[in-house]
Amino acid sequence: MTSTLTEPARTSPAAPPPPSRRVRPLRLLLHVFLFLVALGWLAPLALAVYASLRPYEETARLGYFSLPETLTLDYYSEAWTQAELPKYYLNTLIIVIPGVVLTLALASFTAFTIARLHLPGRWILLVVFTAGNLLPPQVLITPLYTIYTMIPLPWWMSDSLSLYDSYLGLILVHVGFQFGFCVFVLVNFMSTIPEEISEAAMVDGAGVWRRYWQLTLPLCRPALAALGTLQFTWMYNDFLWALVLMSSGDKLPVTSALNNLRGQFFTDYNLLAAGSVLVALPTLIVFQMLHKQFVAGLTLGSTKG
Amino acid sequence: MTALRDSPEVTARRTRRARRYSTRDVVVLVIGLGIAVLVDLAVVWGPTLASVALSGTDWNGISELRWIGGDNYRDLTTEYPPFWTAVRNNVLWLGFLGLVATPFGLLCAVLLDRRLRMSRFYQSALYMPVVLSLAVVGFIAQLVYSQDYGVLNAVTGMNTDWLGDPSINIWVVMVAAAWRHVGYVMIIYLAGLKAVDPALKEAAAIDGASERQAFFRVVFPVLRPINVIVLVITVIEALRAFDIVYAINKGRNGLELLSVLVTENIVGEASRIGFGSAIAVVLLVISLGFIVTYLTQVFKEGR
Repeated sequence: MTSTLTEPARTSPAAPPPPSRRVRPLRLLLHVFLFLVALGWLAPLALAVYASLRPYEETARLGYFSLPETLTLDYYSEAWTQAELPKYYLNTLIIVIPGVVLTLALASFTAFTIARLHLPGRWILLVVFTAGNLLPPQVLITPLYTIYTMIPLPWWMSDSLSLYDSYLGLILVHVGFQFGFCVFVLVNFMSTIPEEISEAAMVDGAGVWRRYWQLTLPLCRPALAALGTLQFTWMYNDFLWALVLMSSGDKLPVTSALNNLRGQFFTDYNLLAAGSVLVALPTLIVFQMLHKQFVAGLTLGSTKG
Repeated sequence: MTALRDSPEVTARRTRRARRYSTRDVVVLVIGLGIAVLVDLAVVWGPTLASVALSGTDWNGISELRWIGGDNYRDLTTEYPPFWTAVRNNVLWLGFLGLVATPFGLLCAVLLDRRLRMSRFYQSALYMPVVLSLAVVGFIAQLVYSQDYGVLNAVTGMNTDWLGDPSINIWVVMVAAAWRHVGYVMIIYLAGLKAVDPALKEAAAIDGASERQAFFRVVFPVLRPINVIVLVITVIEALRAFDIVYAINKGRNGLELLSVLVTENIVGEASRIGFGSAIAVVLLVISLGFIVTYLTQVFKEGR
């Protein structure tokens, strides 16, 4: 599991097959195949960018698969100002930042108690948390919706006066739903850290909190970075929870607000394309910048050490 | 170290230590674990159990709770045509991801698991869609499949209403979903393949196995834990599929899925909470089967 983080150089001098002459055309074929697949994979995204740069009447006349007559950034400014995307980005941040921080805080402490403190029943706890994360959200969404409408909140926490249609409600559902996965990954990660460090500290009289906060957490930085990247992307990409648990259009996170760019009777797909590109941009940037963390996060959960 | 962990004196020391938590430690533990358990119960398992209970009632959110036993399930299977369409679509979705997208992801992982120039570029291209929201994938799909302006019709010269024709739209939407799934599977297999001991492959090569034989007889069996995980991810993704069809046409007209039907029964016009819960329970039972398989595998391997 940790091997995915450190990406070990494959230390086998004999790993590449002996360079025989027969292999060369095969290798070329392999490159051609992979290159075509990669192009095919990038094409839809490229198309979305391309469509977003062209006026509607032009694509309506010529189709999306045509040479451009005019290229314009108008749709981006329209999405940015008229559709008020900045407001929705802000909504997303209000939900996602506390969501990620709380998820990681809660999950790391839970993982620490499970991996380090030998409490009775800890494996049952881990199984229950992990299984909860794997359920399809629809399994629990109906009662959750009902419960949310029934829980009152004071006005300073939610202007809808209930947990339904509040930022807090969405943060809570993200934390509850995602933290099982993080606990699972962090327990695996923590069990690879030598226990002696924590035991020595305990002999020196360090309490539970100190062993968690000062000794275990700093060592978990790579795993936390990987999980943080992944959780940011997942919470950012959420569409369903906001759709069901929010009713005010102006409080929606940006991914769900994208649906608003669709007109009642007429949809300008070029505008929608510009909106999609703008919504996809932050995750694509995060992915490019934190590529290693992102991949590590995905594989941490699947390949255990 | 593992042997030491199980030795009696360590266990004894541990039991003694268990009583040595200070009051402050106990308070920290109770608060920390308490919040975790509470949130998990309140947001995940409580509502799940409530779904099961509500599925036996005809509650609409306002009326009195009335127990009607298995009536919802009977109505679901006999008088609600979208249910079987949705079941069929979910099965198709699972089949397509499992038999087309997943093997393709594995193939890409195997091809990329060698020293190749531009390997980074190929990998990035393949998992670019993984970071996209499925809702965005749904919107991009409309640019490709639109009847009048879409690229697919322009390239092929056809005039098919790919997304509007209920007999074909599920297929093209599955292709869009697979676009994202392949990259996901590829990342996981690639990490798994890198963890396979190269000595295994060398031994197979020395024994005269071809590359294909070495893969199917030696490497693939070693990947068993990864295979189980990928299988479960595939199943879960197939059951969770929602955003993409909802972004395209709210999951109607041939794109019905179980997840859509559940959502429809609460955010739709009719608030049939009991009935929607019955569909949710069907989803729950199927997914629990796979979740249990997965966790058994993971915990058996782990310890």
